[in-house]
Amino acid sequence: MRRVLARMASEIVERTADGGSLVVVGIQRRGVELADRLIPLVEAGIEQPVRRGELDITLYRDDLQAIGPRPVVHETRLPPTLDDTTVVIVDDVLYTGRTIRAALDEIADFGRPRRVLLAVLVDRGGRELPIAADVTGLVVATAPGDHVTVRVTERDGDDGVDLLRGGADA
Amino acid sequence: MSDAVLGKDLVGLADLSADQIRAILDTAEPFKEVSERPIKKVPALRGKTIVNLFFEASTRTRISFEFAEKRLSADTVNVASTGSSVSKGETLVDTARNLEAMRIDMVVIRHGASGAARFLGDRIRSNVINAGDGKHEHPTQALLDLLTLRDRFGRFEGLKVCIVGDILHSRVARSNIWGLTKLGAEVAVCGPPTLVPREVAELGVTVFRRVEDAIAWADALNVLRLQLERMTAGFIPSLREYNRVFGVSSERLARAPKDLLILHPGPMNRGVEIDSDVADGPHSVILPQVTNGVAIRMAVLYLLAGGSPDWAAGGGEER
Repeated sequence: MRRVLARMASEIVERTADGGSLVVVGIQRRGVELADRLIPLVEAGIEQPVRRGELDITLYRDDLQAIGPRPVVHETRLPPTLDDTTVVIVDDVLYTGRTIRAALDEIADFGRPRRVLLAVLVDRGGRELPIAADVTGLVVATAPGDHVTVRVTERDGDDGVDLLRGGADA
Repeated sequence: MSDAVLGKDLVGLADLSADQIRAILDTAEPFKEVSERPIKKVPALRGKTIVNLFFEASTRTRISFEFAEKRLSADTVNVASTGSSVSKGETLVDTARNLEAMRIDMVVIRHGASGAARFLGDRIRSNVINAGDGKHEHPTQALLDLLTLRDRFGRFEGLKVCIVGDILHSRVARSNIWGLTKLGAEVAVCGPPTLVPREVAELGVTVFRRVEDAIAWADALNVLRLQLERMTAGFIPSLREYNRVFGVSSERLARAPKDLLILHPGPMNRGVEIDSDVADGPHSVILPQVTNGVAIRMAVLYLLAGGSPDWAAGGGEER
């Protein structure tokens, strides 16, 4: 995972080389740990400090009325304004794109960034919205019944990506 | 919906388990931050219609609920008893059924009759939230008191909280006693014998007759308003005498072995149950209580709409 993150960080550096204030925002939960690991790598690359943020999109989900158990709401911490910044959204798995849709809505309520980029560790396909990642760690071909989970040491004890094929009761 | 934290209605803390109370407090934490945003609004309850049905005077609670509803993007309507068909003699259930015929989702009710919230909740499909029913319960007030205590002390086990004043007429006292004892705090009450019901000891509560003894014992005081509008008989000789015997003053607090946290649910009668220098003093959390009230009410509204706190406990979620 370290190698993948290093490559993602250098791609972020390349894409933000035009300068400007950079904010790296992790999506709760594992996007936050991934963002925290990317930030020092990106800072080393652009040789200036990067601001960090955490985003919980629970309150912006489009399925709150439809699904049974609702997710817990976690903290959202962002710089006071995102006006004229470049925001890099970091998430662990990109699937339907609905989380990112919600994240974009939420970010819009905090200001008007000059640009928003999306960096994901795993792109598993299966998009339901016209959303694409700018920086991708791994691409995994999956079917709708499959489960992709990312483990991070800070939260899960070790790093890794698991793919459980659907159908089999795992 | 078996995974939901709360049932259909929130009537009182007597009905909730310690885990349910903790889940509400935990859910309120992230909602504190929403009120600090430049745009104080999230779309969680978009499209929900909520009626605030207030049959008794209220400023703080009604506005706090209204802010909570609006910050969750719900549509709200306020109905007061004066100026509505209630003053023409319509019954509570008829009022609520007519509102429900207009397809509402939730009712927040404040009523002078104890049990009004449960009565209504049993008869309509919408979620019902009790915003104070007679002398019964005022659950969101107690929850915001609990959140304020947890902010300052970080724990409830062994925490000593004394509720001072008019216990007899107080739904705030009742809800606080239920909540605090369920979370493991030690609870006492203090007030004139005419305003402390004898049955209160059955709830596992210590009774202090002298406010000096309560101050010497407690970590926090929840000072209640003397509810003059509910007093039909002579419960106390005079306001001046009440202040002289039970008033929380800085002189009395100065003799305590430690600094006490001071709570008051408002509205305050300054110079009666609490002196101004205490209400405005460094250990008063009366205004933080009001701030927490909005977060608590957002959490309750969100959870009644079906939110659950244990979804994300497992591995990485799929997106």
